[in-house]
Amino acid sequence: MAVTLDRRHRGASRWVVLALVTLGALVMLVPFAFMLLNAFKSPGDYSSAGPLSWPSEFYLKGLTTYWNEVNFPLKLWNSAVIAGSVAVLGVVVSLLNAYALGIGRVRGRLWIVGLFLLANMLPQEALIYPLYYVAKEVGLYNTRLVVIIIFTVIQSAFGTYLLASVMSTFPRSLLEAAALDGAGKWTVLWRVVFPNLRPTLAVLLVFFFIWTWNEFLIPLVMLIDNSTQTIPVALASLQGDRLMDAPTTNAGALISLVPAVLFFLIFQRTLSRGITAGAEK
Amino acid sequence: MAKPKRLGYWLYLVPGGLLFLLVIGAPLVGTIYLSLTKWSGVGDPTFIGFDNYTRLFQDEVFWTSFKNTVAMIVAMVVVPTLAGLVLAAVLFDVIGRRFKPRTVNALRAAFYLPQVLPVVVAGIVWGWILRPDGAFNGLLDAIGLGALRHDWLGDPDTALPAVMGVMIWVQIGYPVVVFMAALQRVDPELYEAAEVDGANWWHRFRAITLAQIRPETFVVALTCTIAALKVFGPVFALTRGGPENATNVPSYFAYYTFFKKLQVGYGSAISTVLTLIIIVVAVVFIWAQYRSERQDREV
Repeated sequence: MAVTLDRRHRGASRWVVLALVTLGALVMLVPFAFMLLNAFKSPGDYSSAGPLSWPSEFYLKGLTTYWNEVNFPLKLWNSAVIAGSVAVLGVVVSLLNAYALGIGRVRGRLWIVGLFLLANMLPQEALIYPLYYVAKEVGLYNTRLVVIIIFTVIQSAFGTYLLASVMSTFPRSLLEAAALDGAGKWTVLWRVVFPNLRPTLAVLLVFFFIWTWNEFLIPLVMLIDNSTQTIPVALASLQGDRLMDAPTTNAGALISLVPAVLFFLIFQRTLSRGITAGAEK
Repeated sequence: MAKPKRLGYWLYLVPGGLLFLLVIGAPLVGTIYLSLTKWSGVGDPTFIGFDNYTRLFQDEVFWTSFKNTVAMIVAMVVVPTLAGLVLAAVLFDVIGRRFKPRTVNALRAAFYLPQVLPVVVAGIVWGWILRPDGAFNGLLDAIGLGALRHDWLGDPDTALPAVMGVMIWVQIGYPVVVFMAALQRVDPELYEAAEVDGANWWHRFRAITLAQIRPETFVVALTCTIAALKVFGPVFALTRGGPENATNVPSYFAYYTFFKKLQVGYGSAISTVLTLIIIVVAVVFIWAQYRSERQDREV
């Protein structure tokens, strides 16, 4: 009797729980709804009918103004070149470092791994001024290259930490078998270790890409003109500008977040696997 | 025979090591050195010993920025971790077991979505929402609370709570997703056995969920705390540390001192102190985790 009562009670409460969590999820989405609603609303409409009204016409000028003003395709290209190069180079550097630390087990590896982990946690303010000064001295200031170099190192600090611990559990028998076949270290790395770690490397690649895409402080300091800036920096540097009325702000934010949301959808499965991998470390 | 072998592996550290020294090691040493000088970025720095540090500890803005960091830790670590634990457990244990997986995935995605955006974009959208003519005041009007209309980010009294609210919105998806993934490795039979024994949801949450996902809780708390100590983008986009430093944080304070006030020595001192605090926090966290794991093994 008690059991059936409990069952029925739970049957009702699960709907209450679902309703509450759904309400929470909707609250999370409200800002996106606000943004969509106002990205296609004319400034006049906005000032007369307010932010919550349905647009009286489908107004595209906010979007086109922003698109043309910042030369959005170029920003997209800059962001893609920077994030893409960092993802590939960062994974390669992490792989080489981790090969020496996780498989080569060089002396003092725990300290070296600890150093890399700590480096990943450093505030970028602790590096930015010397980097900025030297970049100016050597003519790399306001180039995509300097941002690529810096983030390759910052991301690979994390990658080294993660891959070193993954590689330390790499089956020794596989390595020994390859060594018996006369394979050198370089061959073992690319023929044995690399293929086995491909899933982890893919996760790392996606992480590096998205993290770099979303970075702000260093690109803000290093990239100062239209031809080099990334998507977030372009949006932030127009903030407060006369051009940025409510529809243009929302339209600018909307197209700035579209690529990020697309990556998320494309890489969702790789990512959720990766978050677990990261959390278990 | 063993020696050349080891040497061979060292070669693989050379490119990464050189890059590391160039981009992280040398600039860090440079910043620490500059923190002992007075410099505008042009000409030669003047060595002034610890003057920047004595000035720093008497600077009200510095103390305000660290007080605000505590608020950021509440908004980016404490609230999201607690809420994330409950949400993940509810999504996994209640909704996940009694509704379709698609329902769970959709709800999880909604909570995670803000984590995907460039945080500056999120900051700019929220900056507009919280403007005097923005959507939040519009919403208050619409539900008959128009009397509460306010310049949320422009008033020193409400700016910090408003920024905290935005940060909770940004952060919450991260613990939810990590904890839900963690729960997947918990044996479902544990829950079923507990249920048969008559344990209610709260008992199961405390005895099984919390105990099983403690490692992930440590990782989330550590990474979020470091992120809170370093927070820059949202503050830049929402308030530029204002009004009247009400939302200033160390990293924005350092940026402003470097690039707007051109006081490189002083900015370096702020950055150095922030770096030290982050290292201490990280070491304490890792030590605490190590200790708790060791205690587990002894039990």
